[in-house]
Amino acid sequence: MPVKSYREAITETLRQEMRRDKRVILMGEDIVGGMGGSSGVFEAAGGTFGVTAGLAAEFGRNRVIDTSITESAIVGAAGGAALTGLRPVAELMFIDFIGVCLDQILNQQAKFRYMFGGRCTVPVTIRTLMGAGYGAGPQHSASLHGMLASIAGIKVVTPSNAYDAKGLLATAIRDDDPVIFCEHKFLYGESCEVPDGEYLIPFGEANVTREGNQVTIVAFSRMVLLANKVADKLAKEGISVEVIDPRTASPLDKDSILESVEKTGRLVVIDEGGPYCGMASEIASLAACEAFESLKAPVQKITPPHTPVPASAELEQEWIPSLAKIERAVRATLSANL
Amino acid sequence: MTRQSRLHIPVSSARPGERPDFSYLQVSPAGAVARPSIDAEAGSIQDLAHTLIRVLDETHHAVGPWDPALSADVLRSGLRYMLLTRLFDNRMLKSQRQGKISFYVQSTGEEAVAVAGTMALNTGDMLFPSYRQQGAFLVRGSSMVDLMCQLLSNTRDMCKGRQLPVCYFSVAGNIAAISANLATQFPQAVGWAMAAAIKSSDDVAVSWTGEGSTAEADFHQAVLFASVYRAPVILNVVNNQWAISTFQGFAGGECLSFAARGPGYGLASLRVDGNDFLAVHAATTWAAARARAGVGATLIELVTYRAGAHSTSDDPARYRPVDEHRSWPLGDPIERLKQHLMVLGEWSEDRHAKLTEELEADINAAWKEAVSYGTQSEGPRLNTDLMFDDVYKDLPPNLLLQRDQLRKMRS
Repeated sequence: MPVKSYREAITETLRQEMRRDKRVILMGEDIVGGMGGSSGVFEAAGGTFGVTAGLAAEFGRNRVIDTSITESAIVGAAGGAALTGLRPVAELMFIDFIGVCLDQILNQQAKFRYMFGGRCTVPVTIRTLMGAGYGAGPQHSASLHGMLASIAGIKVVTPSNAYDAKGLLATAIRDDDPVIFCEHKFLYGESCEVPDGEYLIPFGEANVTREGNQVTIVAFSRMVLLANKVADKLAKEGISVEVIDPRTASPLDKDSILESVEKTGRLVVIDEGGPYCGMASEIASLAACEAFESLKAPVQKITPPHTPVPASAELEQEWIPSLAKIERAVRATLSANL
Repeated sequence: MTRQSRLHIPVSSARPGERPDFSYLQVSPAGAVARPSIDAEAGSIQDLAHTLIRVLDETHHAVGPWDPALSADVLRSGLRYMLLTRLFDNRMLKSQRQGKISFYVQSTGEEAVAVAGTMALNTGDMLFPSYRQQGAFLVRGSSMVDLMCQLLSNTRDMCKGRQLPVCYFSVAGNIAAISANLATQFPQAVGWAMAAAIKSSDDVAVSWTGEGSTAEADFHQAVLFASVYRAPVILNVVNNQWAISTFQGFAGGECLSFAARGPGYGLASLRVDGNDFLAVHAATTWAAARARAGVGATLIELVTYRAGAHSTSDDPARYRPVDEHRSWPLGDPIERLKQHLMVLGEWSEDRHAKLTEELEADINAAWKEAVSYGTQSEGPRLNTDLMFDDVYKDLPPNLLLQRDQLRKMRS
């Protein structure tokens, strides 16, 4: 099977979905990235991370639409276009910019179907970039999937690898409800086997990336990579760790998490979102409410501190959950007994 | 013929590999635009949003009613700050390429915007720049070492390692912290100006944003407030033709100028040659006097060209002809002021070369000192506890706990 990067998998999915369905259009800042050279020697940049490279050339500028720098209009217009039956994929360059277009999501798209008596469909996908690690500082590095998952009416997707990114993005684009598709900047270069053909990964179905029976780790997005590494390391010591990647923060596959916690009795949650009112708290609450009797130790939450993301590499590396912190938490939960 | 709706996609005038084409640019001859009184009704001077205020003519003389008649000393000072800005940019770009700093934004080709604008103001006037007005910091006396330490995120970083490089601020220089997100400074400047008016102070607020950023709602809302409350504020739109890969047509510049947004909101608006130091100085002086006199706010479009990349994260060769800046009809701001001073007999190639050498030596000395306070890989380390300070005025118990946990991890 061919090996593709997370970035390539996303580009390929956009291309396949656009070929498959003329209603799919893309809108966003710099997504064409110029016109390329008239001689054909220069290719247009295709966005700040090159994810949409080559798509304008194939589908034309009526379907790959460079926009003005106005997230509220990009997301708002995507909602309006979706009401006509198009399937817009809007790009929000960084998830932090949700601040300027949140009303179109929170009060509009999330509630259109509800407020229109169920007579409309809002098949918008908002692709956006989350995550720290690039020294991009407090205004370009946030992980807000937990905050967004708290909004009823939208779905929130957090792919952790190239294979999932492809299957989940296809599902997002074909979904009849608004979906926020959170791509982690630090995963673009990560590769794995990805089939050339189309496939769908349903929302609300977790992926068990490591099977084990002593402790359960639930991790989102890039944190799944770290969890896998810790699981592999501990496996050499004979410690059996199960890693669950929910793949979508909303809807959340509660059953897979509960099943695993019932088996292991120990839970560590890792998330790049904050320690309050986020996915880590949500999963911990799930275990406390619905698997209390299975728990053999307190749930461990590994998240960044409750601060903005600092830019300096030294501060940022301490801010992000690390392999050492995760390993420590796993060992702590193994040695604790309720 | 059947008529039907169609989507208009703006197309830039030249692609990479093609000949630059600036035929779209409306240019007025130097000295041709009238200078109204500072208390003119906004509605009566709408033509100023469409013409182009220029002072320096083709022979490098200052002409017309907007000539600010500055002394040779002030002109030389302006030249010095613009040159310093350019050389500082060149050096920092090199440092970024060498991996010493993580990110940088140049202002090459548009130095007059920040330098002339800031020099035309009083020191008590509050500045709300975007990330391409580093010249304002130099004019207002920020030390290069301080700016470099911010870029290095080192132990002397004014932002304590928290903010993206180039997001400086200056308390002593009355310059608000730069936001990495766009146009947010516009409503803040208007609010500052409203407060100045409430307090009957003589100070004005001045902000800059790129033409691309005028698409953000913050721009429109700020212009509206500035007009409604006649706030003592100057709102500059730096039209440098490019917002990363999208040319100014994507911000709505194909039909009318950016200055033309002002009259629709009832605001006095000037369209100015942003590469003409004298024109920028004169327009800012006019707008500041108007604001101080209680007449109200001014929107100024400064027409210029971003000769460098947007930042160290993009490659202009992918979206525009690489040599486009050489064909820019409004020339280079440093070269134009230099030629003007030479025509006046107040400058020479020899003095220019000496000044360049002197400024480069200053920059190198500053860099040497700045790196001694730490770089990304060497020297003194930043105290990582700093990430917890200043989230709130007082460190709350939960952050204290998290700080202690991280300390334990470290030891």
